[in-house]
Amino acid sequence: MNSKIKAPAIKFGNNIDTDVILPGKYLILVDPCELAKHALESIDTTFPDKAKKGIIIIGGKNFGCGSSREQAPLALKYSGVKCVVAESFARIFFRNAINIGLPVIECKGISTAVETGDELAVDFEAGKIENISNGKKFQVQKLPPFILEILADGGLIENLRRRMNKK
Amino acid sequence: MNITEKILAKASGKKAVQPGEIVDANVDMVMVHDLTGPLAVEAFKKIGIQKVWDNKKVVVILDHQVPAESVKAAELHKTMRQFAKDQNLRIYDVGKGGICHQVMPEKGHVTPGTVIVGADSHTCTYGAFGAFATGIGSTEAAAVFATGKIWFKVPPTIKINVKGNFQNYVTPKDLILSIIGKMGVDGAIYKSTEFTGPTIKKMCIAGRMTLCNMAVEMGAKNGIIEPDEITSKFLEGRVKSLPNFEALKSDKDAVYERTVEFDVSKMEPQVACPSSVDNVKPVSEIGNIPIEQAFIGSCTNGRIEDLRLAAEVLKGKHVKDGVRALIIPASQEVYRQALNEGLLEIFTDAGAIVCGSACGPCLGGHIGLLAAGESCVSTSNRNFIGRMGSTQSSVYLASPATVAASAITGKLTDPTTLETKA
Repeated sequence: MNSKIKAPAIKFGNNIDTDVILPGKYLILVDPCELAKHALESIDTTFPDKAKKGIIIIGGKNFGCGSSREQAPLALKYSGVKCVVAESFARIFFRNAINIGLPVIECKGISTAVETGDELAVDFEAGKIENISNGKKFQVQKLPPFILEILADGGLIENLRRRMNKK
Repeated sequence: MNITEKILAKASGKKAVQPGEIVDANVDMVMVHDLTGPLAVEAFKKIGIQKVWDNKKVVVILDHQVPAESVKAAELHKTMRQFAKDQNLRIYDVGKGGICHQVMPEKGHVTPGTVIVGADSHTCTYGAFGAFATGIGSTEAAAVFATGKIWFKVPPTIKINVKGNFQNYVTPKDLILSIIGKMGVDGAIYKSTEFTGPTIKKMCIAGRMTLCNMAVEMGAKNGIIEPDEITSKFLEGRVKSLPNFEALKSDKDAVYERTVEFDVSKMEPQVACPSSVDNVKPVSEIGNIPIEQAFIGSCTNGRIEDLRLAAEVLKGKHVKDGVRALIIPASQEVYRQALNEGLLEIFTDAGAIVCGSACGPCLGGHIGLLAAGESCVSTSNRNFIGRMGSTQSSVYLASPATVAASAITGKLTDPTTLETKA
């Protein structure tokens, strides 16, 4: 996966929970494209339409809190979300996103520096985020190398396959 | 080191670990259920190896959509039964188990000092037994099936020190709601929470499970309590052997990020209002909130102690017209016990419906869903927008005593006021 992403932002507030990202009643769906149709519908029924062409989500504190459902980051990824940048993440969501190959970056101050519609450039390997629309730049702590490897491989399963085949 | 650090050090073959350090830990037990298991099975098959690393350490529990309410759910269950059969895994099927977090300790899959991961966020419940237990996703569960290992960043620990005796009808649920109300839903994000103090040392296993269960609602990686005689009393006859608890005690010079003090002696019944678990107030200050549904059950409060308390409040009373009261024992074992003790008779006489052991309405996927404009007072753990059905419905979280009292009056009710009126 290319570590450089350029896309417009859609911004959400604090504590966006996994029930809001993908309600429990859809957990019986197995096709990720079907899950994507319901991404964030509880707070914005038009989200999947807006995300289709590729977007970056900007979140506040504690993004992805709640359930361990991996269907939540899957729904975002398949709806067109290229990356999530938030003030902080709930830990299970953070790991799940990386494990399915959806880059997530913690960045203090991001939620006040970006508005919906701003054009962003993110390089998650270098830990760089730039708001092209207003020129604001952020350098965040880089993810550990083994996590970058998982993202580069496109997810934990692909990473594991590669590592196990090496042995 | 504190208990969490001791367990993580041992599991990763180190003498000592420090917060912030990344360790590769051996996993003692991994659990998946019917909504997270199928994705894990699919991911496991993609890895390209034939067998799980240790078939005695993988447990499958069907509890969310049981009995299957749709053909899609039935297909998910079929997938899990087949996987369990192919891999020779322990599976708790419909009627044989109940809610995963009740079944795991009941059936002896939780041992103090071990590392347990589960594809469910409330896996942190097993910290009540002095295990390091935390929730993971399906893909990560598949990776554990394959390798028996998982990476962790050793968390800093917040010590939550509790003293005082609970007043009548005030419970560990009121305590944990009060703690989350003070700490906030991101108050322990990425961190460990260790519950300690005289109140915890006297607390029954059911209460300890309620506390650790909801640690994740303040963002915690795990909740944990040092194991003691109360722990061994519950686990004896369930687990093969118990470890030496001395090695699991937090050292006197253990480092904590901070210590938070709570005194329960004057605590009133609490309620978490929509739609955030930290939106907590005393029930006495809430005003007139009519309810359409009352739910007593879930991995937070569906145990025999919870049902006894609810029965005490409901005995000889009636669920108000216009209110449906759902009671769901957390497991078949709890169901059987409630039957033996005559509790199910009290519930049915009161006009409540007793459903089969499962997650029920908690996550809005199966039974007991809410229509737009309806409110439910519930003993479960989340009140997010749309959690129990319509995005225009509301969920209030409270103790079994508060939910039972509210079922009788048809509005959110402090159980201590009901008692004096009776």
